[in-house]
This record gives sequence, structure tokens and C-alpha cells, in this order.
Amino acid sequence: MSSKISSNSGDDEPNERTSLVSRHPVNARTAQEGGTMESLSASPAHLLTSSSTASDVEAAAAFDNTLAGNSDTPQTRDQASSPDDVAIITPEVTIRDPGRPLTMQPDQDGTQPPPRRPSRQTRGQSGEPASQEEEEEETLLYGAKHVIMLFVPVTLCMAVVVATISSVSFYSTNSGQYLVYTPFHDETDDTGTKLWQSMANAAILLGVIIVMTIVLLLLYKYKCYKIIHGWLIVSSVMLLFLFAYLYLMEVLRAYNVPMDYITVAILMWNFGVVGMVCIHWKGPLLLQQMYLILVSALMALIFIKYLPDWTVWFVLGVMVIWDLVAVLCPKGPLRMLVETASQRNEPIFPGLIYSSTMVWQVAGMADNNGEGKKKKRRKRSSLTTSSTVDDNSDTEDGENMRNGPRINRALSGSTESARARSAVQALNSDGVTSSGRRSPTPQRRTVQTARTSSASNDQGRPMGQEQIGSTEDEEERGVKLGLGDFIFYSVLVGKASSNGDWNTTLACFVAILIGLCFTLLLLAIFRKALPALPISITFGLIFNFVTTSLVRPFSDKLASEQVYI
Amino acid sequence: MTIMEFFGCTFISYGLPFAMFLFTIARDPLRVIVLIASGFFWLLSLLLSSLLWFAVVPLRDQLAFGLVFSVIFQEGFRFLFYKLLRKADDGLQKVSQANEDEHVMPRDISNKHIMAYVSGLGFGILSGAFSIVNVLADMAGPGTIGIYGDSQYFFITTAFLTLCFVMLHTFWGVIFFNGLDTKRYWMIAYVGVTHMLVSCLTLLNQRTDSRPEPLYLATLIPAYIVMVVSGVMAFFVAGGSVQNIKAAFVCRKGRYEID
Repeated sequence: MSSKISSNSGDDEPNERTSLVSRHPVNARTAQEGGTMESLSASPAHLLTSSSTASDVEAAAAFDNTLAGNSDTPQTRDQASSPDDVAIITPEVTIRDPGRPLTMQPDQDGTQPPPRRPSRQTRGQSGEPASQEEEEEETLLYGAKHVIMLFVPVTLCMAVVVATISSVSFYSTNSGQYLVYTPFHDETDDTGTKLWQSMANAAILLGVIIVMTIVLLLLYKYKCYKIIHGWLIVSSVMLLFLFAYLYLMEVLRAYNVPMDYITVAILMWNFGVVGMVCIHWKGPLLLQQMYLILVSALMALIFIKYLPDWTVWFVLGVMVIWDLVAVLCPKGPLRMLVETASQRNEPIFPGLIYSSTMVWQVAGMADNNGEGKKKKRRKRSSLTTSSTVDDNSDTEDGENMRNGPRINRALSGSTESARARSAVQALNSDGVTSSGRRSPTPQRRTVQTARTSSASNDQGRPMGQEQIGSTEDEEERGVKLGLGDFIFYSVLVGKASSNGDWNTTLACFVAILIGLCFTLLLLAIFRKALPALPISITFGLIFNFVTTSLVRPFSDKLASEQVYI
Repeated sequence: MTIMEFFGCTFISYGLPFAMFLFTIARDPLRVIVLIASGFFWLLSLLLSSLLWFAVVPLRDQLAFGLVFSVIFQEGFRFLFYKLLRKADDGLQKVSQANEDEHVMPRDISNKHIMAYVSGLGFGILSGAFSIVNVLADMAGPGTIGIYGDSQYFFITTAFLTLCFVMLHTFWGVIFFNGLDTKRYWMIAYVGVTHMLVSCLTLLNQRTDSRPEPLYLATLIPAYIVMVVSGVMAFFVAGGSVQNIKAAFVCRKGRYEID
């Protein structure tokens, strides 16, 4: 449900909700560099120079034109001429130009002097259509970095949960209270009863999730954006204030630390407000990521605490299937959501997504803002919108969270991927050529660029101000993972650690990371939004049960006899 | 006291591996991935051996049986991981490029010893973790060992043996991979034999009816000798020389990096 990974360039499939979106750097430059002046003018892509505001306005105008289909804008050229800080606004341009040199040289990324263009042009014309293989190779290029950019937050989130579970007994003990969605509390000793009760619980939970997803779909379909945003904000308020307060209380209690209410009130107020601002409006990337991780961890702790033992495992299993269905089925609800979003050419709602590289984003903006204007972005900002969305997902109790995040993700992922796809297709049809070995890279860039630009369009316009292209590609590209994935990974590891065996925790941790690696590998291959839960959680579940039942007795015996294998 | 013991043993067993991880691996995404992947392979070998141990009910009390097969499985999975790495070379090369501009063969791929070292360390870190992490959890208290006549050196021996095995796996990784690369199969045999030897020696740590006190020294000393020998061997296999050691003591920037 919660997780999808989307690759930059969706080739074929419409949209799937993407929990992981790999972002590529937005290179306005690419577009600019590649074409001659003419080509530039023809091409919609614009570079915005940070230096001049005027240029931004022009760029915006140019952008509009491009949208309208006008290819020739004088302004474009001007902007293009400015070397640094180029923001790509329109992806489509890049795509259209057939002769466009996809082959960009690496060095040019950093600085693109206008003079180079002519040469490129020549190259581009000589180029031949890039094969899919090449594209795939390009996608793989940044793989390792992306994987690590996800490893770190996932590890941190799990670490928070595991540390809490093992030190604060509140979260690992059953208080007899459960979520309303799980009416059966497996308190019997009869395995059969436990089994069907857990299944019933999981089914009920799944039903709630499906219903919420459909509600969201309907709300989105009929453009009730205000309601959706309100929903997301309410849930994040709850998570940031209520659940964080409960967490703080339990931690203080566990360590027997007294604290007066005034201090607590000040702490909570500051924590919550900063969190709301970071999540729904803007804030430093690091802070935003930190809040997202914390929110996921809090949610995971709630699940661990308030779901009956066996239900947790069944829920995890059900989620795997649901994730697969919702993302990959032609009629999957998330997929439909995404398609709707892409039809409208809208950015998806704020998705509940963790993104490794986005800077600030305005959350509610998607709805209706001035068009044509761009926000200034920082280098990393290209991904912004999606990040904003993520926060919301964390919020509510069981249902909302899941539905909301998924949808949002899906939407955002889908739109982007759809655009990317179209861009790719356009490229192919145009017969864009990649020259020699390098060709793959350039093409890839184009695709990415297009994507970025599309994303920027959606998001950027609404926001209304100037967007600044980021200079460095690296910073701009990133990967997205749905917060739901964070939550369920953490639930799995936290649950594994609650039985007191660290070997199981370790095994689950390694299994989940390996699953994530596989998913990212698949992402690079298929290049469309993928569910991030299935492989990781399946591995995690297998290793959890195998380790508990087989490995644990063996390694306990080895450890107590001090025999090393 | 228990907390002190906990931290002391943690640092003994994991201080060195952690430093190695920090200085040589953490900054390179590709190495981190290979480290985790090799750890996963070790996990699979453990799973297989515990499956066998679990399935053969009559021999469940005889750890020697499980141990022998476990060593075989581990070396088998080391071989599989080697095969996988070599197959994935192309892909790894692409993945590891930091920039599109880089079309140079990355160091990690051109120097085969780096991946050998990383995968060896991955094996070691996970095997070390599995053998000590629960002991560490017990160590933190409440209560301590020795009340029922167990050796008071239990924890510290565990810590030192864990360190030894982490390092041994690292060295074995380098030697094993190089042996396969250069087709010097005696190296592989060396790895297999020393692994079996050291593991079997740890059987002496068991307390039996005829031997109430575990023979820790009989385990530790040979294990560390094997470790030193393997370390020297791995060093020279990986292209080390006396000059390199001298050069290492000359201050220069970035000397902690493997290059």
C-alpha cells in the first residue's frame, strides 16, 4: 500500500503510485546546451538564471508559451545564454527536438558556456536513436548513491523504533487496548482461533484502507482539494502533537525523569509547530527529513503497541499483497488515482513521501495558484512537492495514513512518470541520437530533465514565484520512498526486536535492506513506479520466522558454548 | 560494573571493525552495498547450517557436527558471492560512477582486492554480530556471569574471539578471492583448512564432564596466531610490501583510504 518506487522515466505504464521516485537532476542546461540557438528557441526548455529576476519573469512567460505550444521565445535564448543557475522549466522541449544532441559532455554540466552549443548540435544530429539498453544503463548510473540515500533514513527510522522498543517497556507491552480496527484481540491460547481472528483483523484493516483509498480517490476526482489537505493537516497535527507528547511522556517515565508541564508545553509547542512548518510549508531539507523519519517511527510504534501480536504479521503480509495489487494492477485504485492526476496534468497531492533530495516545497500549493510563475528553487528543490506530501501520510491512525500516503505518492509519481514517459517516447520517435558511448548519459539526462521540468511545472507554477535551477545535478537527483514503507519496515523490525532476540532484529534489518536493494535494482530496470514493500517485507518476514525458529536455538547454543563457526 | 563490562567488551570486539568500516567503507555507497550483500550471504549460510542442525535431531547436542557443515556452507557461500561479484562487475561499475562524466574504471572494480576486502569484512561483521550481540545484551545486566561456576573470563574471551573472527573473515575474504582470481587454489584450501581448524579449536571452549574448565588459552592463542599469519598473507597478496608499511608511517593526506 504505502510503498512504491518510481523510476524517473516511466516507459509504458501509466502511473503507479510511487513510493520511491528516483529523481534525476534537473538539468536545464542539458536542453540548452544541446541545441543551437534555433533549437533552443524551438525547444520549450528554459533555463532561468538566478541572477536576474527579470529573466525569471521572462522564463515564466516562456514557460507559458511553451505550454501553449509556442516554440519560439526570444527570452528563452537570453536565459539560455546565461551560464549558471539554470532551472529547467519545460521538459517537453527537450523531447521534441529531434536533432537535439542528447550527448552532453559531463564537464558541461557544471558550466555551460553558450559557445559550446554549436558543436553539440552537430553531434546531436549525427546521433542515432538510443536503445533502451542505454537508457537502462543510464538509470543504473546513480544507483549506488540512491540506495545509500535510502539506507540511511530507513536505518535511522528502524533504529529509533528498536531503541524505543527495547528501552521503553510501554511500547512492547500489551495494555489491553487496541485500535478499533482490530476487534479481535487474540487472547485465547487456541492457535486456530488466533489464526482466524488475526486474519479477520487484517482483513478489517485492509478493508478500512481500501475504503479510505477510494474516498481519497473520489475526493480527488471531484477536486475536493481543501478536504484532502485538511485531512492531511489534521493527521499530521495529531501525530506531531499528541503522539509525540505520549512518546515523550513514556520516555521520561521509563528513565524516571521528572519534568514540569510548562517545560513540556514549550517543548511540544516548538517541536510541533516547527514540524508542521517543515512538513507542510518549507524548511531545511535535513529538518524535514528528520521530522518525516520521526513521524514514521511514531506511527510504527503506535502500530506495534496497539495491534495484537499475530495481527501485526498478518497485516504485514496483507500489505505486501495490497501494495502489489494497488500499484501494479491495471485497475488498481492507486493506479486509477494516478491516471486521473496525470490526465489533469496536476501534481499529485502532497504525497507522503520521503525524498532524499528536496529542499523546500510549498505544500498546499498544488491547488490553484497563478500559472506560469515559477518558484525559486534551490538545487535540491526540484523534488519538493512530493516531500511535502509525505508528512501528511504520517498523521492519522491506521487508515488515513495508509490511504493518504499511498495516494499522494502514487499521484505524484504517476504524473511525473507519465511525463517522463511521454518524453522518452518523444525522444525515441524523434530519433534522438546518442552518440557513441556517451549517448546513454545524455539521453538519460534529457529524460530526467523532462521529468524534473514537468514536476516543476506542476508544483512550481502554483507556488508562483521563480524557480531557480540548480546548478549541480547530483544534488537535485534523489530517490523517493513512501512514508508507509518506512512505517512498515520499522514495524517489522520493531516487532522482531520485541521478543528480545537481537539476532532476529539483525537478520530482519539485513533482509529488509537487501530487499530494498533489489527493489531499487528493479526500479532501474523497469523504470516505473514500483511497490517498495513486497520484496523487503517478504524477506523480512521469512527471515524473522526462520531466525526465530531455526537460527536462534542454534546461535544461542553456539554463543553459550562459545563455539565459533 | 555490568555497564563497564558491556562497553569494554563491545569496544574490544567491535572497535577495530567499526574503525575499518568508518575509514574504508562508509563513504563509498557501492562498498556499503557490497558489505550488506555479503553479510546477507553469510546470513544465508547460517540459515542453511542451522536448518541442517535443526533437521538432524540426533546430533543436535553435538555442535561439532553443525560446526563442520557450517564452515563448509560458509566457504561455499563465499565462493557463490565471489561468482556473483564477478558477474556483476559490469553493473557495479556503472552503479559506482559518481558522475556521468566519469567513464574511468572506478578503483573499486579495477582493484579486485577492494571488493574482496569489503566482502570479507561483511562476512566478518555479520558473523561477529551474530555470535556476540545476544551475549552483549546479557552483559549489560542485571546480573553477571560466574555465579554458577562458569568461568569469569567468559565475556572477555567471547569478545576477543569475536574480534579474531571478524578479522579472520576479512583476511580470508582477501586471500580467497585472490586465490580464485589467480587460480592459485592452495589459497582456497588454506582458507578452508584454517577456518575449519580455528572453528574446531573453539570446541575446546565447551565445558564437558571431563573438562570442567574451558581451555580458553588453547583456543585464543592458536586463533590469534592463525589470524596474524592470515593477515600477513592477505597483506602481501593484496600487493603490500615492507616499503608500503614504511610509507604508511609517513604523514600524508588521505592515508586511511584504500587505494
